[in-house]
Amino acid sequence: MTGRETIESIVVVMVLIGTVLSLLSSLGFLRFPDVYTRSHAATKSITLGILFILLATFLYFLFVHDQVSVRLLLGIIFVFLTAPVTGHLIARSAYRYGVKPSGAQDELAADLEKAKKRASALDK
Amino acid sequence: MTLQILLNLLIAAMWMMLHDTWNMLTFAIGFVLGAIILFGMRRFFPAPFYGRKFWFLLKLGWLFSIELLVSSIVAIEQIIRPRLNIQPGVFRMQTRMKTEWELSLLANLMTLTPGSVVMEIAPEDGLMYVHAMDVPRMKKGIIRTKDKFEDVIIEVMR
Repeated sequence: MTGRETIESIVVVMVLIGTVLSLLSSLGFLRFPDVYTRSHAATKSITLGILFILLATFLYFLFVHDQVSVRLLLGIIFVFLTAPVTGHLIARSAYRYGVKPSGAQDELAADLEKAKKRASALDK
Repeated sequence: MTLQILLNLLIAAMWMMLHDTWNMLTFAIGFVLGAIILFGMRRFFPAPFYGRKFWFLLKLGWLFSIELLVSSIVAIEQIIRPRLNIQPGVFRMQTRMKTEWELSLLANLMTLTPGSVVMEIAPEDGLMYVHAMDVPRMKKGIIRTKDKFEDVIIEVMR
């Protein structure tokens, strides 16, 4: 196997892993019971899938076409900066809007009540 | 710290001017040379050598990639299981982070790692509310990951 073929097969495997990860996390999006568990699927596996696909593209252009594409690396950085923020914001606003999380344990509800009482007491 | 980075950039720019070639490679060589010079002169600066922080930043990146890989595998394992067997829930977590930068960095990293999404932060109490995919099985692991991240973030930021 020549060097170019090796690189190409590595790239193919990485793109494949990336697409499979994205597919599985979209499946998770359909299967999970509520907003909060769905935001897990949306923030974690999808970012890893995008990381694999963009990294594979970067490697392909670097080794086959001798081009360093900084834009692809920037893309990875920005996806990694924005995905957790979106997940956090969606979960937070859903909670404040009154969507009850499924499952038994919820330590936030009581503390949020207390904080609201404290805030309204300060207002008066 | 800022002074040292600025000096290093200046040395790199100077190296480019001396060579009269304006590309990334010359700049990188100049930057490495500048880092070596600054490392040799580290005792003359009031602040410790910034390479130390850079080293911890690399360590944070490494730790993060491993955690991201593990978390994706855990999430996918739960997705492809024919019958969903999870007990999601919200729990409270102590944090040692103080400034806004540290808090948002930790929250971002935690959201991207094993089965946890940060839902609410109460900075004045030093608390974080985390939604976990499977509380009974994952709580310990999440708290351990958080401690690991905190140790490295403290080294980088303070």
